[in-house]
Amino acid sequence: MFGYYIELAVRSLRRNQVLTALMIVTLALGIGASITTLAVLKLLSGDPLPEKSGHLFYPQIDPNPLEGYVAGQAKPDPMMSYPDAMYLVHARRARRQAAMATMQAKIVPDRANDHPYFADGMMTTSDFFGLFDVPFQYGSGWSAPDDESAAPVAVISDFLNDKLFGGGNSVGKTIHVWGHDLRVIGVLKHWAPQPRFYAEVIGNRDYGDGDAVFMPLKTARAMDAGAGNLQCYAQVSDLIHIETAPCEWLGVWVELDSSAEVASYKAFLDGYVKEQIALGRLHRPDTSLLSLMGWLIDQQVVPSDARLQTYLAFGFLLICVVNTVGLLLAKCLRRGREISVRRALGATRRAIFAQFMVEAGIIGIAGGVLGLVLAELGLLAVRHQPADYASLAHLDGQMFLATFAVALAASLIAGLLPAWRACVMAPAPQLKAA
Amino acid sequence: MEIRPILASLRKHRIPTLLIVLQIALACAVLCNAVFMIGKRVSDMHLPNAMDEAGTVVVNVQGTDEKLVAADIPRNLAALRGIAGAQAVSVVHTMPLSRNNWGWSFGLTPDAPVSDPNNLNVTLYFAGENADKAMGLQLRQGRFFNAEEYADSKVDGGAVPSTHVMVVTETLAKKLWPGQSALGKTVYSKPYYFTVIGIVADVLRPYTFALDHDRSYYDIFLPVAPDAVLHEYILRGAPADRERIAREAVAKLQQLNPQAVVKGQTYQSIRDQYFANSQSMVWILVLVCLVMLAVTAFGIVGLTSFWVSQRRRQIGIRRAVGATRGDILRYFRTENFLLSSAGVLIGMVLAFGINLYLMQHYELERMPWYYLPGGALTLWLIGQLAVLGPATRAASVPPVIATQST
Repeated sequence: MFGYYIELAVRSLRRNQVLTALMIVTLALGIGASITTLAVLKLLSGDPLPEKSGHLFYPQIDPNPLEGYVAGQAKPDPMMSYPDAMYLVHARRARRQAAMATMQAKIVPDRANDHPYFADGMMTTSDFFGLFDVPFQYGSGWSAPDDESAAPVAVISDFLNDKLFGGGNSVGKTIHVWGHDLRVIGVLKHWAPQPRFYAEVIGNRDYGDGDAVFMPLKTARAMDAGAGNLQCYAQVSDLIHIETAPCEWLGVWVELDSSAEVASYKAFLDGYVKEQIALGRLHRPDTSLLSLMGWLIDQQVVPSDARLQTYLAFGFLLICVVNTVGLLLAKCLRRGREISVRRALGATRRAIFAQFMVEAGIIGIAGGVLGLVLAELGLLAVRHQPADYASLAHLDGQMFLATFAVALAASLIAGLLPAWRACVMAPAPQLKAA
Repeated sequence: MEIRPILASLRKHRIPTLLIVLQIALACAVLCNAVFMIGKRVSDMHLPNAMDEAGTVVVNVQGTDEKLVAADIPRNLAALRGIAGAQAVSVVHTMPLSRNNWGWSFGLTPDAPVSDPNNLNVTLYFAGENADKAMGLQLRQGRFFNAEEYADSKVDGGAVPSTHVMVVTETLAKKLWPGQSALGKTVYSKPYYFTVIGIVADVLRPYTFALDHDRSYYDIFLPVAPDAVLHEYILRGAPADRERIAREAVAKLQQLNPQAVVKGQTYQSIRDQYFANSQSMVWILVLVCLVMLAVTAFGIVGLTSFWVSQRRRQIGIRRAVGATRGDILRYFRTENFLLSSAGVLIGMVLAFGINLYLMQHYELERMPWYYLPGGALTLWLIGQLAVLGPATRAASVPPVIATQST
């Protein structure tokens, strides 16, 4: 029976080619637009570390003075001062913990005539690599004693390794950063979480190749590497020695494996702040311990433009579906006589309904195929946009299936009303008129 | 034109009628909001910026030995002055729309601490000597800094230079001292204080603020002697020369500072980069609006054609009993006008509701009222255009149809 419906549907669609083309193109435009924006939204709201994100948490405290404080309305600061961050790292209350700050590393190539250049880097503490499951190609990270002694070591990315040494095992070689020699102790495999969630302030270079060089915090600070972001909460006169200034410039991430561990870490954080308030160093009691995905939502990592575009695209898809309903209905009412003949010859209402739904489904699939082409074109256009995530926009298997699901759902919804109208049509008057 | 027979006929075709009305309503709602967003972004992109945007070139020099920078700056500036076509050169630490902000907050009383919640957050522009000429700032009142004020102002790793004079923008002067002359007035952030000696036309901050355009102009200029914080060299020349000046400046600075990372660009490209996302959003919105209007128009064409072909006999009878072609044409156009009117009425309410929702959840303002009738008018026009084809076909139905049995 199904095969017969398909045959009928194809014949009916071919009889009225302009109308059929109009329906398919309308549906395809709506689907192309919504799948393009959905793919971008999915990219932007994705999980940067799917295997580990459930175990990663971001502690925050509020070092601001009491002036202007309203209990319940204050939000802890996004970054931490050096003493607070170091206390949390040294306390070792979580499975793993690391303090980190973004930096610009000036790399001086060995070859003469090559100009120095800036690379994105992280100054951090030894747990960083274990905390985020960073994969190594050669060598390993540094140890906690290296943190304390400001050891002149560095871990470099695969792409910096290619650029400086032409690939290969470069452990033991030397790189020059800010005029200092650092020994390479590890080379990473490709590692670039999207977005770069571990940067202390999200909103700048979130998507891309990832960081090129990682070094111990004290090593970087000994060469006067400036913090990527700096926020001060009291009067400050010296921005060089930021370890002692009343300024925040570090992010701390901790690994906690169960909700009990999360609760006890939060209690520890609250206790620390209470103790510091008693000592007069801190003044506000608010703390926060967000999960990785919670932190990304808090930082509004998905630009509102992307959401607005998605709303717009789905509004457009809705218009396209309404349009298709209208056109299908027009077609169906015109075929009153054909339906009546079929009914008179014994076709049940269900059979008529099924026939019209199959016809709508065929339009949906055709619209989906064309919509897929349009979505690929749309994403091609997105990839030429200047946004830093643009180059990552593509259709994966999931979105590929979603396209057809949306197309089929849209066309079947559009087909419901015409099919219902067709099957409730009374055959006798139509036949009489003829 | 008699409306009653049209309404009677529409009542017989309830579902297609509702579909057309619904489609027009949705199109109207989306169109109003999309056009409003386009207008908002275009107005953001055209925020005035009182500097010589077309003729300015910016060269970033970073990664040199910080202890030697103070000595390097006069040498670098002297070399840049030698570039043909460079009318003024200077060095600053950041530029409008560069996204690199040095913020500070000030109060109006001498004991205002930096953390006072009533303070106003402003951008500090550290200006090297001649920065006003190199940027092409427009002085409105008072004066810019003199050589002595430049020489006396040190940063040396601190947060704020040691000077006590500043130049503010007109908008900031109005905000801090409404209705008064700002010259001679002082802002405080214990232990710092600065007194206004000049007022310049509005220059944008490194960031703009979409919801409060005035806030995009809260900046103050402070004089700074050669110091490591100054790393953006600016050159001003004729707009036609800017590419060449940028190239030569980069070559010269790289040659003088082999250890530095040197990057040059025209100010125009800094501006373009800042607004690149808005620009592409505008194109996407325009494209979606056009396609949506086309889809709506084709939908109206499709449904009206169907109606016309369904009523061929009825039209034939009307023609046979004396209706002119014009009457038939007018019938379908009036019918479309009625449907569009119902659609845009619902659409305007819907548009208003969507705007309210977006205002609550996104950085969006209330839509000015005139967007609603604007969207309505557009859809009326689209409807009339779309109905023209089918209606003409209807008008050409010969009266003889009435005598034929279908």
